[in-house]
Amino acid sequence: MIGRPSRTGRTLQYVVLAGYLIFLGFPLVWLVSTAFKPPRELVQLHPTLVPSNPTVQNFVQAFTEQELGRAALNSLQVSLASAVLTVLVALPASYALARFRSKLGTVALGWVLLSQLFPFVLLIIPIFLVLRQVGLANTHAGLVVIYVVWALPFALWMLQGFVRNIPRELEEAASVDGASRLQVLRRVVFPLLAPGVVATALFSFISAWNEFFFALVLVKTPELATLPVALARFVGIEGTARLGPLAAGSLLATLPSLIFFAFMQRRLSSGSLAGAVKG
Amino acid sequence: MLRRRFRRLAAAAAVAVVGLGALTACGDGGDDESTSGPVKLRFLSLAWQKESLQANKDLVAKWNAEHPDIQVEYVQGDWNSIHDQLVTSFEGGDAPDIVHYEASAIGEFSKQGYLADLSGLVSGDLKGQIDQGVWDTVTYDGKVTGVPFLLESQVVVANKKLLDAAGVAVPPADGGWTWDEFQANAQKLTKPGQYGVAWALKSPTNRVLNLALNFDGKFFYTDGGRTEVKVGDPEKEVPRRIHDMIYTTKSASPEALGMSGADTLPGFFGGKYAMLPGSVSLRQQMVEQAPAGFEWVTLPPVKGLSSKQAANPQTLSIAEDSKSKKQAAQFLEYFLNPANMAALAKGDWLVPTGRQANEELVKLTGGKQGWDVAADSAADLTVAPFQLADGYPEWKTKYATPALQQYFANKITLDQLGTQLVDGGKQVLR
Repeated sequence: MIGRPSRTGRTLQYVVLAGYLIFLGFPLVWLVSTAFKPPRELVQLHPTLVPSNPTVQNFVQAFTEQELGRAALNSLQVSLASAVLTVLVALPASYALARFRSKLGTVALGWVLLSQLFPFVLLIIPIFLVLRQVGLANTHAGLVVIYVVWALPFALWMLQGFVRNIPRELEEAASVDGASRLQVLRRVVFPLLAPGVVATALFSFISAWNEFFFALVLVKTPELATLPVALARFVGIEGTARLGPLAAGSLLATLPSLIFFAFMQRRLSSGSLAGAVKG
Repeated sequence: MLRRRFRRLAAAAAVAVVGLGALTACGDGGDDESTSGPVKLRFLSLAWQKESLQANKDLVAKWNAEHPDIQVEYVQGDWNSIHDQLVTSFEGGDAPDIVHYEASAIGEFSKQGYLADLSGLVSGDLKGQIDQGVWDTVTYDGKVTGVPFLLESQVVVANKKLLDAAGVAVPPADGGWTWDEFQANAQKLTKPGQYGVAWALKSPTNRVLNLALNFDGKFFYTDGGRTEVKVGDPEKEVPRRIHDMIYTTKSASPEALGMSGADTLPGFFGGKYAMLPGSVSLRQQMVEQAPAGFEWVTLPPVKGLSSKQAANPQTLSIAEDSKSKKQAAQFLEYFLNPANMAALAKGDWLVPTGRQANEELVKLTGGKQGWDVAADSAADLTVAPFQLADGYPEWKTKYATPALQQYFANKITLDQLGTQLVDGGKQVLR
């Protein structure tokens, strides 16, 4: 039997945890610091964490020069649509893959995962030509279609894992109690799948939010540019960059993900199945 | 409770489907050319500095106001992804009408027939403004596929107070130091806690090949249609001198080896390095980021047998697929007239290729902030053999950069460097 950790052990645990938190959080803290520094403070031999003369000039520049507000809105639209559509397509497919085992299903899943191995550069020109044929080149809809297709394999794989974790006995018990197939899905499966759905939606949202290459190549009109494309314009030749506005813009770019996680992390706890089945 | 959740899910689905429909409306959905109305040109620009961006946008806005029948749409690209963007655009048949890039990079597109020959499209006046040596950098198989408009020379930016303290006099704008004088002065400026020079050599190839022309080092030699890399005494001169400064006289900082030009600025402003050899555009960072009271000065390019450097101008090209080449050329003529070219160069802190634009710029700035040196350095810029060599980008990435980095890190000898460069050439040159 394992005893409770001693006070020293617990203190050590907290120290390690705090160290880990600092390690993870420091880049974000430094980003905030850089975003508020005037140009002269960005090239000090001994940089300070707290800006001596904090300024919001970097934000003003970022928003006026590159219209980051509009770019963020574009990214938000595309990412939300991609996340919702990915979940909508992946949910029934993953249930079918997990519950109705067959060789065909296994082969399909294998193929879906294999398709992830193709490099972007190999696919971009054919994709561009196809999108142009169907009138979706240079539209957000075209971008959403690509993002959904891109996120689906991983979403399927992830969600079917969640489905498999739901004991079949729960569904059988509901059926025995007289629930129809649809009722079983609605009242038993979907509620238990919520963490998986949230995780999948998060994954799809973030991968669309951060995606750069397709957004760069498929969308030509400046008004439709997404945030990563707009941010790249602060970077110049051979790695030179306008650090201030870039940091300000990057800070803005991290906020939605942070907010999204803050609100959704509770739903990610997958302890809801604990004790659902005896034995 | 569960029913409410299910309804929410259904609502989200409906929103997504409706949203996708709405998103389809965001965009032009295709590329149908309108047959009536004004001619529309798409201009992909790589301007990224604040002033340069403003200068570009202002000129386009002015053009659009003055030419309602030819409207230019300004699209900002970025240097890091422009190559992929252009490859896709050209292959997909959706290239911008006007493309901003650089001479060493447009060769590949020229040879594939993606860029229009501008020989008959630009005026004799514009042609006459730019030296033939600079036109040569954009001439492939007899076709001129870009208008060179901004040049980047290699100068030296120095901390004036440290020069004065060491008794080192600033040379005049039209008479730079020889390499021997530069090395001797770097030594004078070196003392505990301070190096005379910081050579930022994170990406050493372009810089070494540019400066190698000082000693007539060509690296690429063509004989009977076959190009090969040769590394003789002229080619070894510049790397050897830089290496000596780092390891023999110890007047150059070893820690700067892995830095880009911008990375050396904190040390320069902090008095750790007295001189920064680098691009003429470094002056922009001086003006924007130097601490209050910091005195800096631009020294002319260093001289070997000559002050020659490789010119790799920024260029404006017209896509071969453009349906409005004539109008695009008209826009280029306007965009690059002497006054406008001077404004563009000022915005980017670079040297204009046009003689008249160069004069205008010196007048406009009074030659201050190193503009006199910048203007004089233009005369030394010319085409270098490596710029016209097929396979140069691959040779640079796979062989030259790693070999030079090893040499400057003192891991291999000068002869081994030469061998690696020559062997790399054999692998990639066609």
